[in-house]
Amino acid sequence: MRGEATRIGDGINRVDGRAKVTGQAKYAAEFEAEGLLHGWVVSSGVAKGKIATLDTSAALAVEGVVHVLTHENRPRLAWFDKSYRDEDAPAGSPFRPLYDDAIVYSGQPVALVVATTLEIARHAASLVRVTYKTEEHETDLAARREKARKARPGKGGYEPPPKPRGNADEALAKAAVKVDAAYESPAEHHNPMEMHATTVVHEPDGALTIYDKTQGVTNTQTYVSNVFGLKPDQVRVISPFVGGAFGSGLRPQYQVFLAVMAAQVLKRSVRVTLTRQQMFTFGYRPATWQRVALGATAEGKLEAVVHEAIGETSRFEDYVEVVVNWSGLLYQCDNARYDYKVAELDVYTPLDMRAPGAVLGLYALESAMDELSYALHMDPLALRLANYTERDQNTDKPFSSKELRACYAQGAARFGWEKRLPTPRAMREGNKLVGWGMATGIWEAMQQKAAARAVLSIDGKLVVGSGTSDIGTGTYTAMTQIAASILGLPIADVTFKLGDTTLPPAPLQGGSWTVASVGTAVKAVCEAVREQVFKLAKKMKGSPLAQASLDEVIFAGGEVRLARDPAQAVSIAAAMRAGEAFTLEEETSTLPQLQEQAKYTRATHSAVFVEVKVDEDLGKVEVTRVVSAIAGGRIVSAKTARSQILGAVVWGIGMALEEETLMDHDLGRFMNHNLAEYHVPVNADVRDIEVIFVPEEDEVVNPLGAKGLGEIGIVGVAAAIANAVFHATGKRVRDLPITLDKLL
Amino acid sequence: MNRFTYARAEQVGDAVSAAMQRRAATFIAGGTNLVDLMKENVARPDHLIDINRLPLQQVEETEDGGLRVGALVTNADLAYHPLVEARYPLLSRAILSGASAQLRNMATTGGNLLQRTRCFYFYDTATPCNKREPGSGCPAITGQNRNHAILGASEHCIATHPSDMCVALAALEAVVRVTGKGGERRVPFAELHRLPGDMPERDTTLEPGDLITAVELPPGRFAEHCTYLKVRDRASYAFALVSVAAAVELAGGTIKEARVALGGVAHKPWRDRTAEALLRGKAASTEAFQEVAEALLQDAQGYRHNGFKMALAKRAIVRALGEAVSGRQAS
Repeated sequence: MRGEATRIGDGINRVDGRAKVTGQAKYAAEFEAEGLLHGWVVSSGVAKGKIATLDTSAALAVEGVVHVLTHENRPRLAWFDKSYRDEDAPAGSPFRPLYDDAIVYSGQPVALVVATTLEIARHAASLVRVTYKTEEHETDLAARREKARKARPGKGGYEPPPKPRGNADEALAKAAVKVDAAYESPAEHHNPMEMHATTVVHEPDGALTIYDKTQGVTNTQTYVSNVFGLKPDQVRVISPFVGGAFGSGLRPQYQVFLAVMAAQVLKRSVRVTLTRQQMFTFGYRPATWQRVALGATAEGKLEAVVHEAIGETSRFEDYVEVVVNWSGLLYQCDNARYDYKVAELDVYTPLDMRAPGAVLGLYALESAMDELSYALHMDPLALRLANYTERDQNTDKPFSSKELRACYAQGAARFGWEKRLPTPRAMREGNKLVGWGMATGIWEAMQQKAAARAVLSIDGKLVVGSGTSDIGTGTYTAMTQIAASILGLPIADVTFKLGDTTLPPAPLQGGSWTVASVGTAVKAVCEAVREQVFKLAKKMKGSPLAQASLDEVIFAGGEVRLARDPAQAVSIAAAMRAGEAFTLEEETSTLPQLQEQAKYTRATHSAVFVEVKVDEDLGKVEVTRVVSAIAGGRIVSAKTARSQILGAVVWGIGMALEEETLMDHDLGRFMNHNLAEYHVPVNADVRDIEVIFVPEEDEVVNPLGAKGLGEIGIVGVAAAIANAVFHATGKRVRDLPITLDKLL
Repeated sequence: MNRFTYARAEQVGDAVSAAMQRRAATFIAGGTNLVDLMKENVARPDHLIDINRLPLQQVEETEDGGLRVGALVTNADLAYHPLVEARYPLLSRAILSGASAQLRNMATTGGNLLQRTRCFYFYDTATPCNKREPGSGCPAITGQNRNHAILGASEHCIATHPSDMCVALAALEAVVRVTGKGGERRVPFAELHRLPGDMPERDTTLEPGDLITAVELPPGRFAEHCTYLKVRDRASYAFALVSVAAAVELAGGTIKEARVALGGVAHKPWRDRTAEALLRGKAASTEAFQEVAEALLQDAQGYRHNGFKMALAKRAIVRALGEAVSGRQAS
């Protein structure tokens, strides 16, 4: 309500919601520039080899075509790999578009046709003739598993598997009850609604203003500066709105490279938008093979955990993610061994996708735990509780907070878990089998360095900015809410700005750390402004607050009020007027309390309960109910937080039942590269989803106590569904997605 | 997308003669499939003849008690037409199980009959495809063929016809009215689509310049006992892995006539009258339905990823016939 201060934790509407639904929110491909040219990418049809001939004459002959960029006529580019490395680059040699004649994956850009209109560029692109000298390619993980090798670390945030503890293999061999199974999951693409696009405005002084689809404007700025030899102040990157990214915008993709290159060569403004098909020609979740072996006592105490994984990567970079480590930290077990390898294939480098690594590792671990529960004749939830741990045995540290027990209890109660009949195929409704399954989820609670600026005007309007992004997560809303609550202002009087390299820098938006990092900076900078206001309020002639200290006042309704007697108040405007301050400005950078944080393992947890109904004759699975109970620290913005979990659960349904990018290994090419054939859940696939946020206090993770919610909602969902399908049918499907043919 | 010219036709005759003049001319109505294909360079017409103004928008009763559906009636209008809902619920259900509401609002009756396969390779010009480029090969036979045919395929092509509406029309034995070089003619539905053989580039028996003007439905006999069962990878907006249009006419406790058309399994909506005849005069029973299912699938051949369709199709046939007889269509 206007005039009312918003508190942290309230559920308010998205502050950018109206702009989005009315089309006023502008995305990267919607910015205009004078004389804007349009680029269309020509993609390779083969997976490996060399370009033999590249004939652009027919394309160049089309009226309106300005240029065709290829490896043969490209300008000079940076030489060293380090110039191409971005904040999210793994170890290796980053892909360089149009660098030379080498083809390293199918779909690789081989030319950019630049024309005066999109239609001319698209038509001319179809006239570019490329022939290849092909070489044998390998794209099948199953066929290359034997050749997998240890991954080179180097990717930011990657933790190699911990050292083994105890003797897991011996303990497994001796265990009274054991399960040992392999789980497979396919390549999946991010498929955000908005295609990757970049509009490069070539300014009169030669500087570039780049509207890019990205999860971090600074990352794009640094990459473009390094690759094209520009000074950072000649490259301004702006990204006010992102139509979904899910990790696909963590690295600068080739469209930004090509758009900048064309703008530099032609000294013109250029836009490059990828097609939906081309959205399948860069990063993706890697196809992964896993083995999980669990040994337990007859009473269900875990004696051994072995978790091995092999993920695919490209020939040129070692994409790595944390798949197996979770298995040694989620449950109490004294014997654990891990292995994580990568297999090189003739594909593009995989890329972080929502809950990278964890979503795969927990799929396998939580499926195996379910299998173990049946082997033990034990309730799946009881098995988890029997092995509950208050300490992270990987690092031998306590958790900064862990309300997973409450997730189990509240989730189970809401779901009605106690009514579950333990035997598979025992529950039916009409001619459908009913299955109930559950799983645990975990993700790290991280905080990064971030900066923010705040300007309070005498009219009571507050503008706060930080160079973060909002990929649909609700950053605008959460930050506005934090700022408004600290200064006691109505939401309508607070504006949050993001996605611009002229703003104070923020980390990439990923890892579920934005609220923890940027939110902390916003909190700090607004507190600094609050202190300034308070000083002015105290200094006013006859101020009722003259004797008060900061902790004795509250900020509400545009006033500074004495807490014990709110009638004793000074309006912010009056205080500023008296102090002759038309604006109050602060800029702050916040860092995590590393020493304190290092004493703990910091993580979000979840418990997911799922009901499926299976039409066994036809193999059809419906996910009729999901209860997701989340322990994610303090919830900053209740409505967008819930939306985060809902969206993640929907994606979990997709991962469990539908999503798979199908590769033709003869051609080395992804084939279902459109949204008709790459299946994500439609509305009709999504039924009841209930989200519970379990109260959890944590003073270690960051001053807000918020742990981040971007990833945790999807972790465990696929396992819970697979487990429910087993409970319904008695069939254990160990390769995702569980399509109907696997249940016939 | 290539360059093309565009003209709007006002009369059926003009449209047909315009199409005859240019080899690479194509009619455009809803454009829901054609425009996609043009964007992908799969269809490269040099001239588009917009037929949306032709007077082919009517649904009207015929003298024999059937229904004539103009070629430009949209899928949505047809599915929700009161006479169709009352007399041909099978057709309504089939249409509504396909595409999305937005697409059905644009797509037309004639266009639905002529939509192209959803084979991945057909859609991707970087790969060979005998249907798109005759003689270039068929990677689907050894490749990603989960969606592909198990009946009537050839060594040149294993693509399937993607329409749901056509499966119902095949079961209902519709007749297609066509205007072409030789004037107007009537094509029985079973003779409209063809099997790939050694000419997979041809989906239908239509000749250059032929324009579908209407689809005629014989008098409805199956309104009480029909079902359209579509099995697919998600609850909506997915093409059929297997679909079954089942229609039964009962006399007392016995089956007077049964129609079973299959979608998602062949280059055309699949029917087998010999198999259907097995039900004639019999009491409805699961065993009888299984017998028909076995007969319908006896020549089926699976490939690496679509062998499951054989079992699935049989189960779907049994389920659909059961639902048709009972008159209860499951949701």
